[in-house]
Amino acid sequence: MRHLLSTRDLDRETAIRILDVAEDMAQTADREVRKLPPLRGKTVVNLFFEDSTRTRLSFESAAKRLSADVITFSAKGSSVSKGESLKDTAQTLAAMGADAIVVRHHDSGAAHQLAHAGWIDAAIINAGDGTHEHPTQALLDAYTIRARRFGAGARGRDLAGMRVAIVGDILHSRVARANVWLLTTLGAEVHLVAPRTLLPHGVEHWGATVHEHLDDALAAAPDAVMMLRIQSERMRDAYFPSAREYARVWGLTAERLALLGPDTMVMHPGPMNRGLEISSAAADSARSTVLAQVTNGVSIRMAVLYLLVAGSSGTAEPTGGEG
Amino acid sequence: MTGLLIRGAALLGAHVDDIRVRDGVIAARGSLSPETDERVIDARGLVALPGLVDLHTHLREPGGEASETVLTGTRAAAAGGFTAVHAMANTSPVADMAGVVEQVQRLGQRHGYAEVRPIGAVTVGLAGEQLAEIGAMARSEARVRVFSDDGHCVHDPLLMRRALEYVATFDGVVAQHAQEPRLTVGAQMNEGALSGELGLAGWPAVAEEAIIARDVLLAEHVGARLHVCHLSTAGSVDVVRWAKARGIAVTAEVTPHHLLLTEELARGYDARFKVNPPLRRDEDVHALRAALADGTIDIVATDHAPHPIEAKECTWAEAAFGMVGLESALSVVQLAVVETGMLDWSDVARVLSSAPARIGRLEGYDEPLAIGAPANIALVDPAHARSWSTADLRGRSTNTPYLGRQLPGRVVHTIHRGVLTVDDGALVAPEAVAAAHQEVARG
Repeated sequence: MRHLLSTRDLDRETAIRILDVAEDMAQTADREVRKLPPLRGKTVVNLFFEDSTRTRLSFESAAKRLSADVITFSAKGSSVSKGESLKDTAQTLAAMGADAIVVRHHDSGAAHQLAHAGWIDAAIINAGDGTHEHPTQALLDAYTIRARRFGAGARGRDLAGMRVAIVGDILHSRVARANVWLLTTLGAEVHLVAPRTLLPHGVEHWGATVHEHLDDALAAAPDAVMMLRIQSERMRDAYFPSAREYARVWGLTAERLALLGPDTMVMHPGPMNRGLEISSAAADSARSTVLAQVTNGVSIRMAVLYLLVAGSSGTAEPTGGEG
Repeated sequence: MTGLLIRGAALLGAHVDDIRVRDGVIAARGSLSPETDERVIDARGLVALPGLVDLHTHLREPGGEASETVLTGTRAAAAGGFTAVHAMANTSPVADMAGVVEQVQRLGQRHGYAEVRPIGAVTVGLAGEQLAEIGAMARSEARVRVFSDDGHCVHDPLLMRRALEYVATFDGVVAQHAQEPRLTVGAQMNEGALSGELGLAGWPAVAEEAIIARDVLLAEHVGARLHVCHLSTAGSVDVVRWAKARGIAVTAEVTPHHLLLTEELARGYDARFKVNPPLRRDEDVHALRAALADGTIDIVATDHAPHPIEAKECTWAEAAFGMVGLESALSVVQLAVVETGMLDWSDVARVLSSAPARIGRLEGYDEPLAIGAPANIALVDPAHARSWSTADLRGRSTNTPYLGRQLPGRVVHTIHRGVLTVDDGALVAPEAVAAAHQEVARG
């Protein structure tokens, strides 16, 4: 695995290996001294063309715990907002000696281009590109589901037989896409739920079961229900008429929460719109994995950085399969 | 040397004959012996086609000289076997008044690689609000007959109706860029399963088809002719076929790239493949080929759209739409529809020369290679094959989608009004072209 661009590129073995390494990383979080040495002397650049405090902090924290030098580059107020191209920015950072570039970009395909255009040589980690992919989010979601379900016996397992419903703005969601590919690869059964306006054209070819109403998806007794953030501008653009109507038909209300099975997880990638896609009752319930997702995010990003960067010099353990 | 004797070419790919070019016209055909002051071109094994006519070229001058100029664009045209190009109006300033179209036409005349027929804007500044000075452009020295806001759709139905009526007053035609703007806000590629997977905003086929359907009905209602630019979907073919069966005066064009390439090329996010209308599905490509073969689509036009490197070396969403296509057009047509047995060379002469000339009201192209007609000739070696590279391009920009692709055929000689613009595969120098035109003019 040279880059992490899309969960589509991950085979089952590689995905499980990342999850397993993340388990190792999570254990070190309980130690007195949390810092590990494997990326000492390596430079990880966080290149954020789009604001995302949560993802940026998660990657920064992961890289620092592995002893990497971390440079964070935000597009706002920088040369990028003055018209510098992706190519020039990337080449500048590469010239500073970046071993890995974590890139978040508002355009789909940006990470793919950095990895394949021949501009630079660093390992590229996609931290979200447009409405395309967000592989570390999907990995942390899969990790969270696996850990919740199997606890200490999680290592080496996939998600065979588990049913995950992803609810909301599938059309614009990189989280949904990344999860569909990864969860399917891991053997889970994925259900997508949204009004037709928020389902992409051709979604029937994604290998997931599609529902137009949340109640239909809940009737299938999912093991996890993942609520996606709804952005307020979607109402202006006539995807649905009002927040109230959305919450009534597609929101995880307290009433719907009560219908879930005893072990069903409630997930959300954050930040949440309480009262819109998710009720406070659901967000704060014991079923909610929202905070565990944040914690697990650091472990997953440590695992990915470790496998891509420490592995690249051949000093550490063998890496997973080719991605 | 005032004359040319082309020996042994297969005229329109059929019978072998010689062609004598004198004083800028085709003087004779038959079995001819060289005269003393004649340059003899050994054309055995070559196909003689009429000079090609492009109804849809972006020459970028004035304003976009970093991408192309009238000189560089007409050199690219000559390299592709073209002797006439219709220059789109989306320059800066926009070709929406007589002064601009006359300047563009004169530049073409001065360089002499191809006849440049300016296309006038339908609306002022391509803004879609107010009619441009269509009459002034039609009556100018440039004698504009094709009007288009290409790059933008004339989407206001009332304005489109008026444009059709008003342009008809001057024997012109509106060439519509059929794209419903509200259905294509932020659109990046064909809308389908792949756009959903790649997370690129979709450009649905219906946004093209709905405008074409509306426009053919408007054209019928007001009794004007309509030309549809770069038709790209199977559904558009159905609409045009229906309209023609109904007797509506509609003509349609397809680009070479829509005859060959599909949306699958977007997978790597290489913006070289970003074009408007977007590359479509395999089914669309096949429908377009069939429509060209059965005459539903009248012509092939390049939509040659040069862009500087930086406009393509960026993310897909940031990149400009468009591909260069003059140099490769004939090769792509050969690959897509000649080698598949759908068109023969006389059909190629129709879709790439006489039919576009008729739509543009360009004289001298009615009957291919006719005695007495201006000597506009392309001599092509169809047996040649090459891996396409930027070295095959002759314009100022390199945004070709065919890099590394095996393309058949090569233009060996191009003759524009009796003057060689391409000689043995190489462009003739500007001074030599200009001098030769003067010699022809002197007689």
